[in-house]
This record gives sequence, C-alpha cells and structure tokens, in this order.
Amino acid sequence: MIPADFDYLAPTTLDEAVAALAEHGDDAKIIAGGQSLLPVLRMRLNAPEVLIDVGRIEALRGIRDDGDALVIGATTTHHTVSSDPLVREHVALIAKAIEHLADAQVRHRGTFGGALSHADPAGDLGAPVLALGAEFLVAGPGGRRTIAADDFFDDFFTTSMADDELLVEVRIPKHTGWGGHYEKFVRVAHQWPIVAVAAAVRTAGGAIAEARVGLTNMDVTPVRARAVEEALVGMPASEEVIRQAAAAAADGTNPPTDLNGDADYRRHLASVLTRRAVLAAAEV
Amino acid sequence: MTAVEEAPVAEIGRDRRRKEDQRLITGRTRWTDNITLPGMLHVAMVRSPFAHARIVGIDTSEAASSPNVTAVFTGADFGEELGACINAWPITPDQVTPAHSPMPADRVAFAGEIVAVVVARTATAARDAAELVDVDYEELPAALDLKEAATADETGGPIAHPDLGTNKSALWVFDSADAGTGGDVEEAIAKARADGVVIEREFRQQRLIPAFMEPRSVVVDPTGEQLTMWSATQIPHIVRFALAATTGVPESKIRVIAPDVGGGFGGKLQTTPEEWVVWALARRLGKPVKYTETRSESLVAGHHGRDQWQKLTLSAEKDGTVTGLKVELLADLGAYVAVVGGGVPVLGAFMFNAIYKFPAYHFACQTVLTNKTWTDAYRGAGRPEATFGIERMMDELAAELGVDPLEVREKNWIGHEEFPFTTVAGLEYDSGNYEAATALAKEKFGYAELRAEQRRRRESGDPVQLGIGVSTFTEMCGLAPSRVLGSLDYGAGGWEHASVRMLATGTVEVITGASAHGQGHETAFSQIVADRLGVPFEAVEVLHGDTQIAAKGLDTYGSRSLVVGGEALVRASDKVIAKAKLVAAHLLEASVDDIEFSAGRFNVRGTGQGMAIGEIAAAVFAAHDLPDDMEPSLDSDATYDPVNFSYPHGTHLCAMEVDTETGAVRMRKYTCVDDVGTVINPLIVAGQVHGGLVQGIAQALWEEAVYDDAGTLVSGSFVDYLLPTAADTIDFDLGHTVTPSLTNSLGTKGVGEAGTIASTPAVVNAVVDAVRHLGVDDVRMPCTPQRVWQAIQAAAATEGASR
Repeated sequence: MIPADFDYLAPTTLDEAVAALAEHGDDAKIIAGGQSLLPVLRMRLNAPEVLIDVGRIEALRGIRDDGDALVIGATTTHHTVSSDPLVREHVALIAKAIEHLADAQVRHRGTFGGALSHADPAGDLGAPVLALGAEFLVAGPGGRRTIAADDFFDDFFTTSMADDELLVEVRIPKHTGWGGHYEKFVRVAHQWPIVAVAAAVRTAGGAIAEARVGLTNMDVTPVRARAVEEALVGMPASEEVIRQAAAAAADGTNPPTDLNGDADYRRHLASVLTRRAVLAAAEV
Repeated sequence: MTAVEEAPVAEIGRDRRRKEDQRLITGRTRWTDNITLPGMLHVAMVRSPFAHARIVGIDTSEAASSPNVTAVFTGADFGEELGACINAWPITPDQVTPAHSPMPADRVAFAGEIVAVVVARTATAARDAAELVDVDYEELPAALDLKEAATADETGGPIAHPDLGTNKSALWVFDSADAGTGGDVEEAIAKARADGVVIEREFRQQRLIPAFMEPRSVVVDPTGEQLTMWSATQIPHIVRFALAATTGVPESKIRVIAPDVGGGFGGKLQTTPEEWVVWALARRLGKPVKYTETRSESLVAGHHGRDQWQKLTLSAEKDGTVTGLKVELLADLGAYVAVVGGGVPVLGAFMFNAIYKFPAYHFACQTVLTNKTWTDAYRGAGRPEATFGIERMMDELAAELGVDPLEVREKNWIGHEEFPFTTVAGLEYDSGNYEAATALAKEKFGYAELRAEQRRRRESGDPVQLGIGVSTFTEMCGLAPSRVLGSLDYGAGGWEHASVRMLATGTVEVITGASAHGQGHETAFSQIVADRLGVPFEAVEVLHGDTQIAAKGLDTYGSRSLVVGGEALVRASDKVIAKAKLVAAHLLEASVDDIEFSAGRFNVRGTGQGMAIGEIAAAVFAAHDLPDDMEPSLDSDATYDPVNFSYPHGTHLCAMEVDTETGAVRMRKYTCVDDVGTVINPLIVAGQVHGGLVQGIAQALWEEAVYDDAGTLVSGSFVDYLLPTAADTIDFDLGHTVTPSLTNSLGTKGVGEAGTIASTPAVVNAVVDAVRHLGVDDVRMPCTPQRVWQAIQAAAATEGASR
C-alpha cells in the first residue's frame, strides 16, 4: 500500500533536527528505523505532512560506558544493542528482551530509542528499562532535560516528551552482577507479547537484596510490579517466597482484552510469568 | 541438434529441485503486478466499511477532480455490462442465491464490498483520490452470527438479503438408507442408546483466510481483437468462460492469462468482483487498466474458508464397533454464494465416514447467508472439515470406551484385503493400506515411549502435560469424474487436457490445462514426459495458464493436477510415441510390429538398428520421407476424464505439550506417514506435506477470522490474523507407504491437500489428550492458550479431581 504524500527532511545534526521539529510541530513525525511508523503510514492510519529522518545524526548512534551507567544512543539498532558486550555484561536484561523482539529483520532496522519513543504498551523494551531505572535524555528548543523511566511513559502510545522534543539517549545504570530475565508469552514468535515480565534481581547470601519487576502489556503503559518487588526484598530467594510474591503481579494493573486473551487471563498470566521471570533472574 | 543418443536415468521418483523456483523466488518473473503496458491506467477501490447498508448517495466530484484522475465510477454508472460473479454449483434445485453484482449500486452486503472505483494515471493518485469519494450509507441490521442467521426466519432476526426473505440458502441431504448404501442411522442410534455407546459432540470450524503470498492482481488490455486479462488466478479457463457467460463478450474474443501466480490455496479459485470491475473499466475506457489489491483488502475481500458448526452423533457397540454416524452442519456462505460456495461442505459429505465401515450414515448441511465476507474453497475444501469431525469423534469414542485411539480405529477401518470397497457414502475406494501406514507411523513416532512419558507426567503431576493425537485420514482427490459432478449439479466437468509438441530440434513443449500457482507443475510434469518419451528432463518445457496456448483446461484445485492432468499428459505422450513408431518403421524399413520403443529409442527387434525420438522429430519436421497418408506431425492431444476419484490416506501422530499453568501448547513431535501413491518427485511431495501440515496446524492453534458485533473484520491484518512462520514449527518426521492408485496409469493420488486435511484433528486430539485426565473433552479451535487454560479451569470447577 502507498502512504499519503509527505515531505522528507534528513538533518545531520541534533540542532537541525530540533529546529525542524520546532518548525513543523504537530505536522511532523520523527522517523528512525521506521519499523512502527512505516506500517502506520502505509495503512494510512496516520498521514504526517513531514517526516524528519534522524538516521543521519551521528551523535544519536552508539553505546558508551559512562562509569556507573551505559548510555545508548536513540538510533542504535536493537541488534547492535543486544550484541554489545557492555550491554550483555552490565544490563543483561536488555539484551535478553531484545533477543525475542519481533524478528531478525526488525531487530536490524528498528532502533532502541525509536521503540521506546513509540511507547507501545506491548513493546518489549518498556518493562526492562523501567526495571533497570533508566533515564531518558531529551532535547527540545529549550535545551535538554532528563526524564526518569518511571515518568517517561505517560499513556497509550504517549510519552512525557513534549511535541517539540526528541529522544537523544537512554542512560541505564549498570546492574553488574544482577540476574535478569525477560519472560515473554506469545502464540507465534513474531507477535507482540500477550504479556511479558522483565525481572532484575540481586541476591546476597541466599536472600533477595534488591528486586525490580516490569510488566509489558498489562496497562496503557509498561508498568512496575511494585507489590512484587516489595514482597521480595529481604526475603530468602526460595520458590515459595517468589510464588507468593508473584501472586500480586497484576495488582493495580489495567490489562487490555483482545483476540489473544482477556484482561482476567492476562492478570493470571502476569503472576505465572512473574514467578518464572523472578525464579530465573534469581537463579533459584 | 540435441537429438537424444543415450537413455536418461529414470526421472519419476527422483528428487529434482524445481526448475521454476529461481525466477519465482527472486521475483524476476511475470507476476501480474509486474506487467506494465503503454498508456496503462491504475485503479483504487472504495470499499464499504459497513457489513450491511443501503447506498444512499455517492459524491465522486472531489475525487474526479483530483490530480491525474481519469475517471471515477460507481455501480450506477454500469448496467448489465458489469456482468456478475457466478455460482457454478447450485447444490439443490431450490437453492436461494442472491444476485452478486461486482459493484452493487444500491446495497452492500459485507464490509469490504466495492462501491466505487477511481481510475488514475498512477496507483498513488488513484489511492489518494479514493479517500475523497464520499459515500452516504444507511446502515441496515446485519446477519452476522451463523447460528442466529440460520434461525432468523423463526426469530425475526436480521436477514442478509432482505429481498430474499430468508438466510437459508440450501439444505443438502444424504441418507444411506434412502441411497441404498447403508442402513437407517436413527435406528442405529436408538439401538446404541439402549445397548451401546452414543457420542454426541458439537465442533466449530472457525472461519479462515487463505492468505496466499501474492495479493490478487488483474490487468486488462482491451486493445486488439481479443481482449486480454492477466489475473493472479488459479482458474484462467473458468474465468474466461464466466466472462463470456456474464458480460456478453464472445468467448472467442477473450484471452485470459494466469502468469506466474504466487499461491492460492483455493483463495484464487474464484470469479472475483475485482476482475469483473477491471474488465468493465478497460472496455469502457479503451485503455489497459491494472488493479493490485493491498494486503488489507485481500484479507477483507478475498473469499474466506471453512466456517461451520458441526453437530455429530456417533453410535457404536460396547466393543467399539461403529454402527452409525449422523452429521448435521451449518455452513456460513458469507454474503454471496461463491463460485463453488455451497459445494464446499457438500464435498465433505463423502468423507465424514472416512476409512471406517459405518453401516449407517446421514449427512445434512444447511448453507446460510450472512453479512460477512463470502466463503469458498480453502485448501482441502470440505474434506478437512469432515476429517476433523470424524477423527475427533473417534478419539472421543476411544476415550469413552477407555481404549487406545488407534485400537478403536483399527477395529473399524477397511482392511487392506477388502479393497475395492464401496463406502456408506457411495464412493468406491480403489486401494489403500491403513494397517501399513499406521504401523510405520507408530514405529517412527515412538508411540509406546511417548505414551509411557505421558503416564509419568500424569503420575507426577507435572505442570507440563503431554498428549498424543491421532488422525488416520483419507481424502478424495483428483477432482473429478465429470459424471459424478453432473450428478451433483456442478456446472462443469472434471476432465483435463494436455498437448505434447515435438519440436524439430528434439526439445518438447508440453501444454497442460492445469494452471499452476506454485505447485511445481513445470518440474513434475517435465519428469513425467522425460520418462515417457525418453528425452532429457531439460529438454521438456511445460506451458500453462494462457488460454491462447493452453486452449483447453479446467485448472488447478482439489489435488487434481497430477492425478487428472498428469494422466492426460501420459496419454498425449503415448499418442506421440504411436505416431513416431510409424515413422520409425518407415525410415528403418521394418514392420511396425517389429519396432520396440524403450528409453527414447525406436529399435528394430533383433537388430542393432534404431532411431532416437529426436531424430524422428527432425525427420517429421522435414517431412521429406514419411509414410503415405501420414500428416507431418507427431504432436498429440489428450483430454482425460477420470473414472473415479483417487484416495490418498495416511496416519498422522502428534505429541503436544500443554502448560497447564498458562494453557500454552507446544508441539513436541509430529510424524506422518502418507500414502499418496506413486511419488513423481519426493522433494516436491515433502514440500507439499510440510506446507500442508503447517496450514492445518495453524487452523488448530493460530488462525481465526474474527468479526465484531458491527460486522467489521477484527483480524484484518497479520497483526491479528496469526500466520505461523518457520519459527513456530518443528522438524516434521515424514514417511511414506506406496499403494498405487488403480485408476490412473502412473498410480498417483495427489498430495496438495493431505497435510492440511490430516493435521488439524491430530493436533487438537493431542491437546485434548494432554488434559483429558483433568476433565477436558474439547477445546475450540484455534486452541489459544486462554481457551486451553479456561477449559482446564472449567473442568476443575465441575469435576474436581475425581478422575
């Protein structure tokens, strides 16, 4: 199918991109890998007048070690992120989530920042970045600011970035030595998760010292399972403890109902998958 | 000159890579959408978003004045010249058949129906302008649910076509007592209720979408004496016939070409509104016109498949001997009776009894009109539905009796020594060996070991349970003996045509009326002819799909190409040999009776003298020295009408793991032993079986076309209509037994549909078997994790842990 007509801009610096966004505002859409946007355009579900392609801005691409954190440029492809040795060592949960994201073609074209900016509640990256307490550096006409992961996802396909802001990079605190696991539940391999659970756990002396759990597709945004986290911390890393804690996974969530399952079923899945994710992350 | 000097090795039975694949896979070939003609115009369709609505008015002015737009038309702009989409198989004399205009002017009957068309100089301009066509609809109550639509006459519910006054299209009945092929099923059931076993179940055959790889596309060139249509269709010959019959253009003025066609699965076995509209546009405008649908359009407007409710009653003696089978179907036609339409479930009428010796049988199918996408053939067409029903019932019977599902089948199937066997549905099965296929399948599958593992998991209360599903299927292929089709009121015959042309340089052109759309005809047919004529595989060119070249044919569906078309090919080849023999005798100065033909050479018996067939072809081309009264041609035709169907069969065994905590299912092992008769090309057969299996498994687990309460297709993209990929399948364990068909000279039976027909019940039986001990006796297709989990929960609530 053929998208409606649009103008195409390809700035080579971040300042140019910010300026273009300021100029065109609501009429513009930013395109990076295009893996979410292009299908929308081709099905004519959206018809922006201007596409701003940020793929030529060198500064938005790459992964760097920033001491206590890794910084991932917004247009770094999923494949680059998941195969990066630093990522695999310090934020393994991210790499594990990406390994099951869509298919190989999408992972080679789609970008880390693009997927997060798209803010699909069924996207695979939201729950892991919530669990790992990432920070989002965004740029706009007024300069740059940082948004905490807990504040980044605002609503269904909506972030707290302003219309004239774009994502520059994501800063993820190192979780070296933590266990991480992404438990994804799908019917066929290439679909969005029906429910998925991202768990990061640090154990010490047979007890759970710290635990972070993020849920995919359990609400209009990715969400933290705080009740589970609270129930785990300080407890022995045992199957029974984890089972009881996971029972609260769906507390306070508002999951969707669709052809793959209704809300009640998703709540049930959330607790089963949370148990499995935490067990795997804690290596119990 | 490439005259053949040495006999090639046997081609039949040889793993040949498909000669057509390089161009098909790279796309450097003649897909319809690749065709560009001078001055060609492009079309975009405006389609109804409503399931049922009156068209109050259509404002085309803004679209018509858009840049590069040539014309905008609505149904009202055309009269009779638009023609009609046909139903070729009225299954009863009193079938209620709504008129089917390709572009209705007054009322739409399903969401996706064409209401206006935009013609423009580019596809983009047409698409842009289509969004500017303003249609004023008045919504009408829509008949959506199959069961509710079937009873709307009594309940006063919505009627899909109010002018018809009913949603009931036709009631087709077969009764073995009436037909004289068996006893009275009511008596059998009554007896079993008193002193036997009666199994009653209701199964849902969900609605499916064929989802062929290449979206439908059509180009019409009205310049020249013959109007030419290129279409991504399975049935160029039938399209040509129907265009002539409904648009007033003489058949001799019509050329239809199915160039390379990217899959169909029955979904391109249709005379489509899109073809008819483009035909009318090209004639009206006098210029070539092209339309290629989007995937979204394909999903909503291309015909769908299956969609039945099946109410089954099976009676048996206490020892498991079956005594009767009663089948009551509701079949959803959608908004119109498509080209085969109501005939699809009727094909199933002959297959519910399957391989079993039922003494009494009753089949009744009510076809029903609704305001949904029309339905028609989809891979297997009637036979998957039947096979699913009976194979699920045989597993249920085994469970009721507490015996192994293979044991109850063995007790009831036709023994190999009993062939030919006339079934309770009146068909004569010519050959088969169910014992051999089952024995091999059990061995390859590791049946006893998997049963032992299943027992261990049950005993240990493993959260992941194991189930084993059985499907011992047969099907009727090689559609079809024309006399049988006549007796069923089908509008055409079932013969097939072939021509063999011997070229002067020793190569061979083979023309088949079976129009391939991805099956590998070019390779398999080359192998057959190479063997028959003793020429190299590479020397054979197979031509098809163009009514100017393949002038006669009935196209490709129902696993018929090899069984019917292949036999025509053999017979045409034999005629070539017979003619060549006369020439050989003449040139070798021998009696015809002394000429022996073997491996491409005509030899004079008892001498070293002989000539290759290529040499004879050259001599006939020169025509300098031929027998008196002989035409200078070896070319030969054959039109073959089969005397019977062919009956492939096989035993499929499936092991499924079911995660009882989530309802997730995972295939553990799949073994199939298919008996498709003589195998021409094992590689192609394996490909057909693999693809067929995945399609059948997909019905069991993944695919379903779902409508909302307004009649909108919810599964209108591949995000929601779940097609599997290679990542979702496992390595299948394939095997074969070979019991040749006795009704054609090659002994082939057809393989295009076997995998699809057999696999669906094997998978569902395995899923149910995994959790039967928890009280589950059915899971509706597709067996989604939620459905499996809910079935377990429901069983636990009603039965507790009593089992």
